[in-house]
Amino acid sequence: MQPLLILIPFITILLLNILRPEIARRAAFRVALVISVLQMIAVFFLHRSFATMYSGPLLSVLQFNITTDYLSALMLFSIALILFVALIVAGQVIKGRQELFNFVNLSLIALAGMNGTVMSHDIFSLYVFIEVTSVTSFIMIVFNQNIRAFEGAFKYIMLSALATIFMLTAIALVVILTGDTDFTVIKAALSGPVNSGILKSAIVIFLSGFFIKAGLIPFHGWLPDAYVSAPSPVSVLLAGIITKTVGVYTLIRVVTGVFGFSPVINNTLLFIGAFSVVLAAIAALNQRDFKRMLAYSSISQVGYIILGVGAGTPLGIAGAAFHLFNHAIFKSLLFVNSSAVEEQTGSRSMDNLYGIAQKMPLTATTSVVASLSAAGVPPLAGFWSKIMIIVALWMSGHYGFCLVAIFTGILTLAYFLSLQRNIFSGKLPDSLKNIKEVGFVFAIPEVLLAAIIIGCGIFYPWILKSLILPLGAALGG
Amino acid sequence: MSREVLNLLWMFGIFASLLFIIGIYCILATYNLIRALIGIEIMIKAVTLLLIVAGYVTGRTALIQALVITTIVIEAVLVAVTAGVILGIHRHTGSLDTRKMRDE
Amino acid sequence: MQRLDLFILIILVLAALWTAMSRGLIRSAIGLALTSAILTIIMFRLNSPLAAVFELSVCSGLISVLFVSTISLTQPLTKEEARQHMWARLSRFWYLPIILVGVGIFLSLFKLRQDLSMPVLQAQKDVRVLLWGTRQMDLLGQLLILLAGVFAVIILFKEKKNNE
Repeated sequence: MQPLLILIPFITILLLNILRPEIARRAAFRVALVISVLQMIAVFFLHRSFATMYSGPLLSVLQFNITTDYLSALMLFSIALILFVALIVAGQVIKGRQELFNFVNLSLIALAGMNGTVMSHDIFSLYVFIEVTSVTSFIMIVFNQNIRAFEGAFKYIMLSALATIFMLTAIALVVILTGDTDFTVIKAALSGPVNSGILKSAIVIFLSGFFIKAGLIPFHGWLPDAYVSAPSPVSVLLAGIITKTVGVYTLIRVVTGVFGFSPVINNTLLFIGAFSVVLAAIAALNQRDFKRMLAYSSISQVGYIILGVGAGTPLGIAGAAFHLFNHAIFKSLLFVNSSAVEEQTGSRSMDNLYGIAQKMPLTATTSVVASLSAAGVPPLAGFWSKIMIIVALWMSGHYGFCLVAIFTGILTLAYFLSLQRNIFSGKLPDSLKNIKEVGFVFAIPEVLLAAIIIGCGIFYPWILKSLILPLGAALGG
Repeated sequence: MSREVLNLLWMFGIFASLLFIIGIYCILATYNLIRALIGIEIMIKAVTLLLIVAGYVTGRTALIQALVITTIVIEAVLVAVTAGVILGIHRHTGSLDTRKMRDE
Repeated sequence: MQRLDLFILIILVLAALWTAMSRGLIRSAIGLALTSAILTIIMFRLNSPLAAVFELSVCSGLISVLFVSTISLTQPLTKEEARQHMWARLSRFWYLPIILVGVGIFLSLFKLRQDLSMPVLQAQKDVRVLLWGTRQMDLLGQLLILLAGVFAVIILFKEKKNNE
């Protein structure tokens, strides 16, 4: 059944473009929404027998090298959820039927690409689907064709091409060492005698490629410009799930599944994670454009995830994976709210916006929920994942990094609270007297994401037992 | 890893690294967007050479050729998309100078 | 590896250097096509004929067409301006190409062994069988990325009716 997750979007795109334009355009949006909801439901049934029974005969002609485990299932669910949210935002924000149709098609290609990335069991297929997703994200950033978008996209393309080259070089070195590209074969071969110089170069080059894709410091040059200059639904998708999938998930998969942990890898991850966490938080404090502040905050949170992976223990990896999921949820919620504010007021500068809470109470409340989750305030979901990472760092003996993580938690709280106070509290200036609260359709993603944050926070013990601990045990070194 | 294989690798590796450095030089020394893209292309050629050498050295030419064919397809689409972005920049600002692209 | 291979590799590096350093964009685009052709020859000698043909047709053909069309659509400079740009560009990092060529030749002569034998070929399937049989996921990825490319061409290469 797993190949269906890639094939269905692919066939849908072909069908949508072959049928007559009038039918296709009206149907496209609804079809994409249905596909994302179906994927969210299908994640829970991936391993049941009836799934393979129904699709087995049809799919037996195909031989894909695909596997799903807990981490892939978590990613598949997040991908579908964020796509659903982004589609609803796009339906409200994008005017023009042809443009909405283009966006829906591109997001379906991105969906197929991301599904392939998280399910791939082969190092080169992983690379191919990373490229599919990245190229689609380039096109999505520029599909409105304004000049800021072009410039941001060009910088992103250059750095992403550099990451491509690094990854291909590392794949070539791995093939020299082991002769095959499948995860299990490579892992088995690497436990035997290999040339350690080539192996070390392969690991370093691979990690550099993933750091560029994930946007960690010092490879983050493309991230703020790309996030800020993209249109709102694209920002939701890009910040919420695309960077996480092609950068962070692939790093976790390759480090745990192929190379295994070693002191060198752990220390590299810890250092880069610590730099990203602190420097990005300091940079976020100084921003006047709130979308740019959210971009730097993304870098900082991804640093947390890398710190969790760098700890090397099952608890650390489980915490990192859970934080990945939480970050997708709360960052998307913040970007959805920012697009709502931008739609209503037409400005993104924190110097012009005050007191919006009086006119947009729902947006303000959900924004508070997301900010508190990001800062790690109990009992919201973000608190639990951060605590897991901090405890994992402490227990594995990296006391300095643990202190860095705690200190940055305070910084995170500081800049998010300043964002809240600036935009939502205070006195409403006259120029903004006419803004209205978001409509019912726009409110659906806001309420849904906020409910998930609160729900994951309150029902955490159940989630811990059924999802997090098995995940950590399966992946942990 | 026998000594001959390592020597072979070293020889080809030097030339692949030279190509890579030429690509980086091309990107660093130019103010033109299209020439930056050409630099990226030269670097991708270097990596293709390394992949082919990997296939030659381990004897698995069939697998490597499949990988290289896929890589070439991806590279072609990447060039097409970047050319589109460059055309878009040119339509808006009329020049392809990286010094004129504002940093926010 | 024989003396001929070494010779072709040196020509490859020189062609790439010419591409990076030459005046004007069209010369660089032609240089890129030339570099791809020389890489094709190397690939033939290294027992990868199918990939070599692909590289020749796509990189020397399709990509060069893309480059030349982009360059001609974006108003090339006049000859004097191009020459000025070239000298300005070469004066930055001028030492780098010279060091590069020197180091490359020196290192390759230093470690030169001209009687290296080819490794033993394992019994393996044909590339076509491999591609369609084992690496089907890559094929699906190629189809997806081609779709994305088609969308890019549709969205980005259209003439805009109103500039804003």
